[in-house]
Amino acid sequence: MSNLRPELAAIAGLVAPGSRVLDVGCGDGALLEYLVREKGVTGRGMELSQAGVNACVAHGLSVVQGDADTDLSDYPSSVFDFVILSETIQATRRPKSVLTEIMRIGARGIVSLPNFGHWKVRLQLLFSGRMPVTRTLDHSWHDTPNVHLCTIADFAALCAECGVRIEKAFTLSRGRLREIRAGSRTGNLLAETAIFVLARG
Amino acid sequence: MTKDADHPANPPGFDGRMIFSGPKALKLDSGEIIDPLTIAWCTWGKLNAAHSNAILICHALTGDQYVAATNPQTGKPAWWPMMVGPGRTFDTDRYFVICANVIGGCMGSSGPATINPATGEAFGLSFPVITIADMVRAQAILMDHLGIERLLCVAGGSMGGMQVLEWAASYPERVVSAIPIATAARHSAQNIAFHEVGRQAVMADPDWEKGRYAALGKQPAKGLAVARMAAHVTYLSEQALQRKFGRNLQDRAKLSFGFDADFQVESYLRHQGASFVDRFDANSYLYITRAMDYFDLAASHGGHLANAFRNTKTRFCVVSFTSDWLFPTSESRRIVHALNAAAADVSFVEFATDKGHDAFLLDEPEMFATLSRFMQSVADRAGLRDTAP
Repeated sequence: MSNLRPELAAIAGLVAPGSRVLDVGCGDGALLEYLVREKGVTGRGMELSQAGVNACVAHGLSVVQGDADTDLSDYPSSVFDFVILSETIQATRRPKSVLTEIMRIGARGIVSLPNFGHWKVRLQLLFSGRMPVTRTLDHSWHDTPNVHLCTIADFAALCAECGVRIEKAFTLSRGRLREIRAGSRTGNLLAETAIFVLARG
Repeated sequence: MTKDADHPANPPGFDGRMIFSGPKALKLDSGEIIDPLTIAWCTWGKLNAAHSNAILICHALTGDQYVAATNPQTGKPAWWPMMVGPGRTFDTDRYFVICANVIGGCMGSSGPATINPATGEAFGLSFPVITIADMVRAQAILMDHLGIERLLCVAGGSMGGMQVLEWAASYPERVVSAIPIATAARHSAQNIAFHEVGRQAVMADPDWEKGRYAALGKQPAKGLAVARMAAHVTYLSEQALQRKFGRNLQDRAKLSFGFDADFQVESYLRHQGASFVDRFDANSYLYITRAMDYFDLAASHGGHLANAFRNTKTRFCVVSFTSDWLFPTSESRRIVHALNAAAADVSFVEFATDKGHDAFLLDEPEMFATLSRFMQSVADRAGLRDTAP
């Protein structure tokens, strides 16, 4: 697990061994490869970039080139135990439909996202009056892929609206993982990254 | 990987044909029987003791079994030398590669140019209409003959990709992995339309003689050349045509105000048409285009493409190209969609290129690299050792 970045290692820890997993936005397949190799999962991936798909196929992974916004509808219902969206939902055009789709396809969803409610983000906007650029949000406003940033509280509200139950919520800051209540105000203030385990409501 | 030019021709280990008759004859979708059935094929590499390293390459409409060697009959160079050979994606030092001429073809397998012993002249239009499934059934007869129960991979582009899909649907237990490239699970209306233009061009040539041209010592060369010219445009892309030819004039400084090949693109197409008739049989062109038109894998599985792949254990790597408008990426996505619905093990890559449908035959290093690694992982999972057999 040492070669996985902390957020992916945290997600890997939430996946049951031997389960069926779809990683949406799987990038170069680092998480998927770890899950297949170390946890014996049946792994599938979807990735937008040709370079990412090539890297995945090169590692023997089963990954299709696709767009979370349009291609999740290809999958039949309830075929996966876990559908993972690792730092992807904030880059989709329609996060609400993506969330609904992953909960249709999988019994559980695991979603991680950069928390726009983190205190550094809040302070930067408050004091500089400019769009925050931080370690986890390292793009300028005009070239960021993150077109739908949200806070932990925002995401919890969306889940409630979609009838999705948050089974567990974690915060990740400086590599340290902590379980929180999804409605925690301090969690929303202190977390750079949030990770949710979702179930159907 | 080195460029093709640095690689000498890779001669086949076997180049020949076999006649299958009686119980081994071929029953066709049309209800007719081809008996005797002749299949011409080539092989490269060595079959290992476990018979577990065999790869079948399926050729496209105007291809042949000379996937990695010059065709000795036509002198045409190997059609996929960058994919098949020592150290290539289909590494002939490691795998046993087979490529057979499709039935209906004109490079030795049973087809309309085969002599009918009853009449002493070519079958012509009395040859039965064949389908992609018939082509695949004939290949399965060949695999039985070669003692190959399971194929490590079945791969091909365009019509070859249709055969790959048919193999995976008809013989799922015999196909460990499948690589359908630039193909579709059914021929689209537009593609049927282009084929019809080609067939009408052949049949409009007075020298076609209702298919009996060979017996009369004629050849519908003009019609077949026009068919090839029209088809050739569909294999390219607008960008590639523009890049290669633009509006450049052919061997002249100004327009002729006539109907000579003023433009380079015209001259190029005329050359494509003229050289094609020397190596291809006009009736074969009719039969094989018809087989592609009839292909609809969903229709033969209750209308649902996913049913064609139900419970499949085959690993798929589906490939398409951005500028291919003959077999566009949407067709590959349709295949991927069905494979996902069948919970199959599928990878899908779309390669960016401006070379159109023909890209699958050309120098596409990204494709070579990706498919090489896909094959490596298939071989690893199958427990194939790295050493040559």
